[in-house]
Amino acid sequence: MRNVDVVIIGGGPAGLAAALELYKKDVKNILILEREKSLGGILRQCIHDGFGLTRFGETLSGPEYASRFASQVKALGIPYMTDTTVLELTPDKKVYAASPEGLIELQAKAVVLAMGCRERTRGAISIPGTRPAGVYTAGVAQAYINLKNRMVGRNVVILGSGDIGMIMARRMTLEGAKVIGVFELQPYASGLPRNIEQCLNDYNIPLQLSHSVTDIKGVERLESVVISQVDEHLQPIPGTEKEYPCDTLILSVGLIPENELTWMAGAEADNGTKGASVDEYFQTTVPGVFAAGNVLHVHDLVDFVSMEAEALADGAARYVKEGSLPAADRKVTGDDMTGQLVPSRFSGQDDVTISFRVRKPVRNCTVEVWQGENLVKKLKFPKALPAEMIQIPLKAEKLDKDHDLEVKVVC
Amino acid sequence: MRELYDVIVIGAGVVGCAVARELSRYQLKTGVLEKELDVACGNSSRNTGMLHAGFTYKPGSLKAECAVEGNKEFDQVAAELGVPFKRTGKLVVGFTDHDRENILKYKAIGEKNGVQGMRMIDKEEISRIDPNAGGEFAMYVPSSGILDPMQYTIALAENACQNGVAFHFGQEVRGIDRSGEKDTYIIKTEQDTFETKWVINCAGMYASEISQMLGYPCYPVKGFKGEYFVLDKKAGKYLSIPVYPAPNDKGGFSTHATPTVDGNVLVGPDSYVTEEREDYVVTKEHMDGLFEDGRKMFKQMKRDYFIRNFAGIRWKRYNPETGEVLDFMLESDESHPNTVNLVGIESPGVTCALPLARRAVAMLAGRENPKKNESFNPVRPVKKRFHEMTHEEQQQAIKENPLYGEIVCRCETVTRAEILDAIKNPLGVCTVTGIKNRTRATMGRCQGGYCETRITEMIEQEMHRAPEDIRYSKRDSYMFTGKVRDER
Repeated sequence: MRNVDVVIIGGGPAGLAAALELYKKDVKNILILEREKSLGGILRQCIHDGFGLTRFGETLSGPEYASRFASQVKALGIPYMTDTTVLELTPDKKVYAASPEGLIELQAKAVVLAMGCRERTRGAISIPGTRPAGVYTAGVAQAYINLKNRMVGRNVVILGSGDIGMIMARRMTLEGAKVIGVFELQPYASGLPRNIEQCLNDYNIPLQLSHSVTDIKGVERLESVVISQVDEHLQPIPGTEKEYPCDTLILSVGLIPENELTWMAGAEADNGTKGASVDEYFQTTVPGVFAAGNVLHVHDLVDFVSMEAEALADGAARYVKEGSLPAADRKVTGDDMTGQLVPSRFSGQDDVTISFRVRKPVRNCTVEVWQGENLVKKLKFPKALPAEMIQIPLKAEKLDKDHDLEVKVVC
Repeated sequence: MRELYDVIVIGAGVVGCAVARELSRYQLKTGVLEKELDVACGNSSRNTGMLHAGFTYKPGSLKAECAVEGNKEFDQVAAELGVPFKRTGKLVVGFTDHDRENILKYKAIGEKNGVQGMRMIDKEEISRIDPNAGGEFAMYVPSSGILDPMQYTIALAENACQNGVAFHFGQEVRGIDRSGEKDTYIIKTEQDTFETKWVINCAGMYASEISQMLGYPCYPVKGFKGEYFVLDKKAGKYLSIPVYPAPNDKGGFSTHATPTVDGNVLVGPDSYVTEEREDYVVTKEHMDGLFEDGRKMFKQMKRDYFIRNFAGIRWKRYNPETGEVLDFMLESDESHPNTVNLVGIESPGVTCALPLARRAVAMLAGRENPKKNESFNPVRPVKKRFHEMTHEEQQQAIKENPLYGEIVCRCETVTRAEILDAIKNPLGVCTVTGIKNRTRATMGRCQGGYCETRITEMIEQEMHRAPEDIRYSKRDSYMFTGKVRDER
């Protein structure tokens, strides 16, 4: 059993940023565990550009963005292990990981959960029909094309207007496939407006809102999908079925934080995000276990993942040095317009950054943050979309320790 | 020149593989013809994975006799073949007086059939056995169990193969002729011809067609389809025992909830008639029904737990005039020389597979008097799975073979070493689904999101296949149209 101050699980954007920031804060006995062959996480397969505008003021590809962090980690000699998959995390912060070198056993003072997220699958949304080859999630199709040099199909229907789905619409088109259309269940797009412009409109790929796949046909390879219009309750409208011959269906129907180790460690979940309940230090309900990035809540931009992980490093470094953090007993609550609200709790003694997404597109809204009778902050937004995360920084001196925080979206 | 077989088994479902395994106890040159690219591609894998006790089948029927026999011996069978199996018992739960009447009726039938230990229990005892089981009262059946029907069929086939049986995949039988001069059968498939002294029909849902090719009647069969949900292992924590509703007046069960040996939960099947032999389509209508009915059996049922759906079909032999469902057909007579005909083998086919196989093989042995295969080994060697090992065992496994240290499937904790073993399986199966059924890779909650790209790459490399030759499951189920760009 080896002792490590901080074990970081995941060498993607969150894990790397947390490691660098911890190192800067003089916490140097750290170890990054990465299951893939190299650092970088999902960014390795995101060869399109648009990363880094917020963080670096320039537009980078995914691998470029990741290498800004990975090369620093390597230059500073921050220890990391690739090809290493964590099998078990105990509530007292023992970490067991499999690697070709053996079963690694670590005792950590603090653990950073930076495992990212996975894609929602066909089974999770129960799409009816047969089960032929040719149905891929967007991320898997992206990995095949960009990392494995394998072309997944020629005539493509995309379900879901998530960012990866739209990016894959463009990618497949550039590789000579015919993308018939992108169909979205909701009456609004779930991905970023810039991707609708640059990935769909620029390539004349139609986006149809309030539509879904209601049947999959073909026994060996996919032969066609049936698309139906849906009503305001998202239920298919009989008589609107239209069959589209295709050999490939790409699903971009949501991302799910990969929290298996989180629950294994005994951390409590937040009912809203379904990820871990964290405080303003990004500490879960298990002292010394922290979470940031897409494992906590799915972000719109990787830049915010990095920044969140850097904020986490403040708390984690303080925990390692002082042995504990202020108790965070006060709750953060939202209203029916706020989704993915983070953090769940706060102490009232330090700065808090509240992140959330509106549940549906709205115009001219005001976000108000209340603590009891006290309006802590009020911000106006001409437009707010579910695709875009809203962040509200709050200064410690504006907060008290005796009241919960309430976030309201007023339209 | 084509080889001459002593016996050809048509169909590599659970019954065909059990027959092949029992034949390998003798010195008989045996071959199995299967139209798909792996064993258990039909309804052998599309069921609940129940080791039935035998209380719903008519006393004296082959179903009753074989189910009770198959149930009793399964601890030994599972140990020999290395098949994951748990004798969980079963709860048959009721809510109404009518339910109670039906349960008691089948309890009496079960007792006649020789099922032991069944007893009625009250709500309090139900919740002691499993607090998440529904029902006001129940019959507790201690002898029921759960197994993985795919692993079981693979195990039977591999054990047969290890004892000398040849498996031919992608061989759909198109015609069977009798060669008068040599007293042999000439079996034509789409691309090959096989010659054999004996034919055993284990063609499952196509058994009636093969039956007709052999000169037996084309027995009418009716398809009773059912759909299932597979629930995440998170749900598995809440269910320790199969929970079935009271049987209906005809002895059929509707939607039940069953834990699997691997820790998932199956909810289903419902039951409706289908015309098409391989109608494995899942439908919104039935999924909604399953959800409602499943909740009555399993209180923790939630949509968040859904990871996959599938459908299976029980092709039952029936009397077209009365509609009555008939017993399994097992026959062999002089007017159809050197044949054994098995038709209408549906539920409880997995439980009955070996007992049926022994009876079928006895019919052949009674006439041929074949010599015993002295080197027959009933034990299939299996390796302990990495995820079932202790930390010490894992450490040792990685030390001996570093490929055990590389986790390919995260959700199910399957290592590169195990995937490679599966790719080199004795039957020579190398579809993605074949690897899945042997290792559980891609069966978890991410459904291959993490590991599928790795598995297809490993199949390409190990089997020296071009990307366009990788198959998902069936012959034309290609995964890739080729490479994206030429490699430098």
